[in-house]
Amino acid sequence: MSEYIIKNGHVFDPVQGIKGDKKDIAIKDGKIVDKVGSSAKTIDAKGKTVMAGALDIHAHVAGPKVNAGRWYRPEDKHFDSHKVPGITRIEGGKSIPTVFKTGYAYARMGFTFVMEAAMPPMYARHVHEEIHDTPIIDEAALPVFGNNWFILEYLKNQEIENTAAYIAWILRQTKGYGVKVVNPGGTEAWAWGLNCLTIHDPVPYFDITPSEIVTGLMKANEYLGLPHSMHIHQNDLGNPGNYTVTLDTLKLAEGIKPKNNFGREQVMHSTHLQFHSYGGDSFANIDSKAKEVMDYVNKNKNITMDTGNVTLDETTTMTADGPFEHHLHALNHLKWFNVDVELETGAGVVPYIYSPNVSVNAIQWAIGLELALFAKDPMRCFITTDHPNAGPFTRYPRVYSWLMSKKVRDERLNTFKNADKVIGATYLAEIDREITLYELAQMTRAGPAKALGLGKDYGGLAPGMNADIAIYNIDPDKFPSTGADIEKAFANVAYLFKDGKICVEEGKIVDMGNKHTFWVDAKVKENKQVMHDIREKFLKYYSVNENNYPVPESYAPHQHILTVDAVQ
Amino acid sequence: MDTITLTVKKVPEIYLECESLNPDTFAGKTGDQIAKLPAYQGKEMSTLGEYFTISGNAGATAAETKIIVNGDCSKMKYIGAKMTAGEIVVNSDCDMYTGSWMSGGKLLVKGNVHSFCGLALKGGEFIIEGNAGNYLGAAYRGDWRGMSGGVLRVKGNAGSDVATFMTGGEMIIEGNVDIHLGTHMEGGKIVLKGNANRRVGGQLVKGEIYVFGKINVMMPGYKKTGEVDLEVDGTKARFTEYIGDLGERHPKRKGETVYGKLYMKK
Amino acid sequence: MPKEVTDVICPFCGTLCDDICITVSDDNKTILGVKNACAIGAEKFNHQRLPGRVKRPRMRQADGTYKEITYDEAIDWTAKMLVKSRKTLMYGWASTSCQAMSIGHEIAEKTGCIVDNCATVCHGSSLIAIEDVGVPSCTLGEIKNRADRVIFWGCNPAHAHPRHMSRYSIFPRGFFTVKGHKGRKIYCVDCRYTDTAKCADEFIQIQQGYDYELLNAFRTAARGEALPDTVGGVPKEKIYEVVEDLKSARFGIIFFGMGLTHTMGRNHNIDIAICLTRDMNDFTKFAIMAMRGHWNVTGSGQVLGWQYGFPYAVDLSRRDQARHQTGETTSVDLLNRNEVEACFYIATDPGAHFPVDAMISSSKKPTVTVDPHINCTTEISDIHIPVAMVGVETGGCAYRMDNVPIETRKVVDPPEGVLTDEELLTKINQRVDELLAKGGA
Repeated sequence: MSEYIIKNGHVFDPVQGIKGDKKDIAIKDGKIVDKVGSSAKTIDAKGKTVMAGALDIHAHVAGPKVNAGRWYRPEDKHFDSHKVPGITRIEGGKSIPTVFKTGYAYARMGFTFVMEAAMPPMYARHVHEEIHDTPIIDEAALPVFGNNWFILEYLKNQEIENTAAYIAWILRQTKGYGVKVVNPGGTEAWAWGLNCLTIHDPVPYFDITPSEIVTGLMKANEYLGLPHSMHIHQNDLGNPGNYTVTLDTLKLAEGIKPKNNFGREQVMHSTHLQFHSYGGDSFANIDSKAKEVMDYVNKNKNITMDTGNVTLDETTTMTADGPFEHHLHALNHLKWFNVDVELETGAGVVPYIYSPNVSVNAIQWAIGLELALFAKDPMRCFITTDHPNAGPFTRYPRVYSWLMSKKVRDERLNTFKNADKVIGATYLAEIDREITLYELAQMTRAGPAKALGLGKDYGGLAPGMNADIAIYNIDPDKFPSTGADIEKAFANVAYLFKDGKICVEEGKIVDMGNKHTFWVDAKVKENKQVMHDIREKFLKYYSVNENNYPVPESYAPHQHILTVDAVQ
Repeated sequence: MDTITLTVKKVPEIYLECESLNPDTFAGKTGDQIAKLPAYQGKEMSTLGEYFTISGNAGATAAETKIIVNGDCSKMKYIGAKMTAGEIVVNSDCDMYTGSWMSGGKLLVKGNVHSFCGLALKGGEFIIEGNAGNYLGAAYRGDWRGMSGGVLRVKGNAGSDVATFMTGGEMIIEGNVDIHLGTHMEGGKIVLKGNANRRVGGQLVKGEIYVFGKINVMMPGYKKTGEVDLEVDGTKARFTEYIGDLGERHPKRKGETVYGKLYMKK
Repeated sequence: MPKEVTDVICPFCGTLCDDICITVSDDNKTILGVKNACAIGAEKFNHQRLPGRVKRPRMRQADGTYKEITYDEAIDWTAKMLVKSRKTLMYGWASTSCQAMSIGHEIAEKTGCIVDNCATVCHGSSLIAIEDVGVPSCTLGEIKNRADRVIFWGCNPAHAHPRHMSRYSIFPRGFFTVKGHKGRKIYCVDCRYTDTAKCADEFIQIQQGYDYELLNAFRTAARGEALPDTVGGVPKEKIYEVVEDLKSARFGIIFFGMGLTHTMGRNHNIDIAICLTRDMNDFTKFAIMAMRGHWNVTGSGQVLGWQYGFPYAVDLSRRDQARHQTGETTSVDLLNRNEVEACFYIATDPGAHFPVDAMISSSKKPTVTVDPHINCTTEISDIHIPVAMVGVETGGCAYRMDNVPIETRKVVDPPEGVLTDEELLTKINQRVDELLAKGGA
C-alpha cells in the first residue's frame, strides 16, 4: 500500500498539542506512522496548514426528509447543476445538494466524516441507500428516539434496562450510531396537531414529560456505554424567549456520569444551540442569550454543543421537529412538507430565506457566532450550520472567516440594514476574540471526534491514527486578511487524504477512496420483555412486518462497526 | 445601437438550445466570434454559426446591441433568455423559454411562441404578436417567485397556466386564455381582453385581474362587491368588481385584509 | 417438499403489502401457491409459472417478425444506439428495483438520456403540485392508528389498491382506533358511484371536472365565507356540513388518485387539495396522500431525487447538468414533439398507456424494450430484452406510496439464463464504456 510523507507543513493537532509547528506526517497503509521508507511519495506542504480531516457532527444529508427537500425544490437546482470534467458525476443543489455533490463538496473542504443527524428507524433503509451513494466521506446516522412509543412507555415506568435493550435493538436493525432526541415528546404530540414547548409539558396519552424522556435516554445511553452521548435538539426551537427551556434542558445532565470505553467525557450533546438561545418575548424584541447559555455550558463540563450558524442565505429548513415547521410555514407561507412516522417520529421541511435586511435573521447570525466566541473549551464547542437549516454546509468557510477575523465579521455586522438594532440586541460587537487555527482544529476535528467516541483513530494526527488528513493553502504566518481569501482557502484543499489515499488535489476530486458506514453494535443480555413488546407492536400497530424492518448488509458494503459490550 | 442579423440556414432535427442567443452573450463580440458561440442539440455541441448566417457585429454592451433573427425558429429554444438589456426582433415562431428570466431590454416576436416563455420576467418589454403556449410568464417549477416586473403583451391567444405565482409587473393578453390564469398570484396586474375558459385567479393571494370577455365558470371563492368605472390598457369601461380568492390567505395592511381583485367588463 | 416463503412483498401496486406467503416448489423454480395477496397480486406471482416466457432477446426483422438473438448481441446493439443518439428517452423504472435504477442513471448520464418514470402519466400531477405547495402527509400506519375521518377523493382503492382499506384506511383496529371502521367516518368523493363508495359512510357525487372548484369551495367554507348555491353539483349546505365535520375530526386523511390527477387542471386539483389539507391543520390534524399506482414508481422518484434532485422527467441529455421541466422533459411531450432520437423502455409498457400519437412517434425511432414479457411496447421495438421479474425472481428495494422503503425478495429462480435488470444494465454500462473509450466521448 502507498506510503507518503507530508513535509514541512504547519501542523495543528489538538490530540498531540501541536500548535502550528512545522512537522512531517508519515502515512503508510492508511494509517499515520512514525516514519516511512525512502520510496514514500513526498507531498510538499511548505507554507501550508495540515490538520486531520474534519468531522461534521450534525448535518441533514441523507434520508426521507432530505430527499423530500430535494425533489420538492426543483428551483434549488435551477441553474445550479453541473459536472466538473473528470471522474465526478453531475452535482447540483444550492441548499440541499444531491448525494454526489454532498460527498464531493465536503471532501473539497477537507471533511472526511459526516453524521446524518436524524434517521427515522422505519425509513432507515432510505438513509442507507443515500449514504451508500454519497461518495468519499465516511458517514453514520443517528436514529431518533425522543418520540418513539417504546421509549415513551418504558421511560414512563422508568425501565432503563428495557430502554437500553430497545435502543440496542434499533441500532442493530437500522445500523445506527447513537441516541438522537428531537423535540422530545413534542413530535408525538404533533401527530395530534399539538406540541410540547417546555420540558414539563406532558405528551398526550403517554403522559410523560420531555424532562423524563431526556433524563431516561441519557441514563440508558450511559447504561449501554455508547461511543456518543445522547444528542438533543431541545423543545421550543426558534421561539423568542426559549433560552429558559434550553437551560432547563441542559441542567438535566447534571449529576449524570459518562460511562464508556471510547474516551467520551460528556453525557449530553446539545445541537444547533443558536436556535435555542433567544431572549425577548416576540420577534420584535428578540435578543441574544448566547452569553447566558455559554456561561452554563462553560461551567458544566459534561456537555458538548454545536453552534448551528446562520449563513444569511436562501436555504431549506428540515427537522424532525414537525410542529416547528408548521409554525414556520405559518410565518413565511412557503411550501410545507410534513410526514408523521408511525410509532416513531415525524419531520417537516420549509424553505427559508435568511436575509441581511431582516433584523431577526441578523440577530440569529450574531448569536451563532457568539456561542463559538464565548466558548471557553473549544473541545466542547463544534461549528455547524445544522445543514441546511441555518445555511448550507458549503458555507463553512464563510463561517470560519467570521469567527477567525473580527474585521470580516464587523464588516458584515455594521452593514446590516438595521445594524443599530442588531448590535443593540446582541453581544457580537463587543467581542474581540478571533478563533485561531488551533482552536478551529479543536472545534472541527479533535472535539467532534472525541464527542463521537472516535477520538482514538480520528480527529488527530498522532501515529496510529487513521490517515484522514486535510492540507490547506493557508500559511499561518500570512493568514489571509479578507473574507473572500479566507473562504477560498478553506473551500478547496490542496490535498485531502482519506484512509491514506489522496482523494482531492487542489480542490479536484481524483479518487473516490473507500467510504465506510459507521454504526454501533451494542450487545445486551437477552431481554424477553422487549422482544415480546416488539413482536406485539409489529403485529398490531406497525404497517410493515417485523422481518421486513431491518436494513440488510448489502446497503452498507463497507462497514466500520464500533462494538459495545453492555451485557451485565 | 449596433444591429446584428441572424438568418436560419439549417433547421435543427431535434431542438436547438440557443442559450447564447441574447444581447448579453453577444455584447462585445464580432459576428465571427458570435458564430462560434455554443448551441446544443441534446449532447451534440454545435455552434450558432452552424445554424445561422450572421451579418454585422454586436454592440459593446448588451444595451447597445440589437439582434434581428430571420428564418424558421420554431425549433429554437431559449432565444432572448436571461437578457438584461438591448433588443431582439424575431421574425418567426419560437419554441420554448423565449424571453424567460428576462430582466430588461425589448424582445419582440413576430410570430407564435411555445410554452414556458417569459418565465419569471423581471423587467423589460416582451411582445408576442402571435399566440403563446402554456405557462406564459409563469414561475419556474416549484418556485414561488414568478413574473415580478416588466411588461408582457400577447396579441393573440395564450394557453393555460398563464402568470402562475405572479408577484409584479403587467401582463396583457389581447386574445383568449384557456384554464388557470393567475393561479397563486401574489401581486401584479393581468389584463385579459378576450375570454377565459375556467379558473381565473384560483388561490390568488393578491393582485388584479381585468377580464374584458367572458369566463365560462367563475371560481366559487370570488364575491361580487360592486361596480366601478375604469380605464384599462386604453379602454374606458364599467367593470363588475369581485374580491377573492376567499378560499386563500390574504395579507393585512393596517388591520384591514387586502384581497385580490377581479374586474369583469360589463 | 415445497417450502413456504413468508414476509414476501407484493410487487404490484403502491400498497406494497409485505405479508404475502408464497409456496415454492422444492427445486426453487415454480410458485405453487400464494396466500394473503389480493387477486391482482396473486396473479402477479402465479403467472410466473405460465408457459410461453420469453427467455432470450428478440430482434425485429425487416418483415416485422422477431428472431432470437443472444444477450451479448442485444447489449451491443443497445449500447451502440445509446452512444449514437443525441437525445434518448429512458423511460419506465416503476416495476424494477432501486439498485437497477442506479445503474441505469449512470448509463443515462454518460450517453445523454432523459430519465423519466411512470409518474409522467400517473401521479406526476401530484409531484408538480407538491413542488409548488409542499404536502402534509404521514405513513400508512398513522392512518391505521389515528385516523377517524378518511376521504377518498377521485380514487377507487376497491379496484386499484384492493387491500388498502383492510390494511390501512378503513377497517384496521389500531392503537387509538380500537373500534376499527366503526370509529371512522369514511367519505367518498367521485363523479360516479364506485365500489369504494359502497364502503363509505357518505358518498358525494361531484360533477366531472369540478374538483378544483369544489375544493376551492371547501376552503372558502372553512374560512367562513359565502358560497354560491351549488359548486360542481354539490349544494353549499352540504359543503358547510362536511367542512364542519372535518374540523371536528381528531385526525383526517385525504387519499386521492386519477380523479384529481387526470381531470381538468391536473396538478392544480392536487395543489388545492393540499392547500385545503394545510388549512385544516389550523383546526385539527390533517394529512393527504397520493395513491401511487406502481409498486416502485415512488422508488424511482426517490433515487432520481437524491442523485439529481428531481422526482421524474430528468433531462441528462447535455451530460453535464440535470434539468427538469414537466411539459418539456416529460416522455409524452418529447415523443409528441419528436425531440428524441432513440427510446429505451424498462419495467413499463408505454405502448399500452401512452397516447397513440406518442407511440407512433416512438415506433419510428430505434427502440429497445426491457421486460420479462411480450407487451404492447415490445411489439413496436427493435429489440426486446427479457429479464427476471423483480420482486418474484430477484429482489431489490422498493418504496411504498408513503415513501417507506421495503426490500422485495427473491422467491423463485428466474428462467434458465435470463438476466436480472441489474445484471443487464451493468453489462450495457460496460459496453457503453468500451464504445466511448474507442470513439471518444
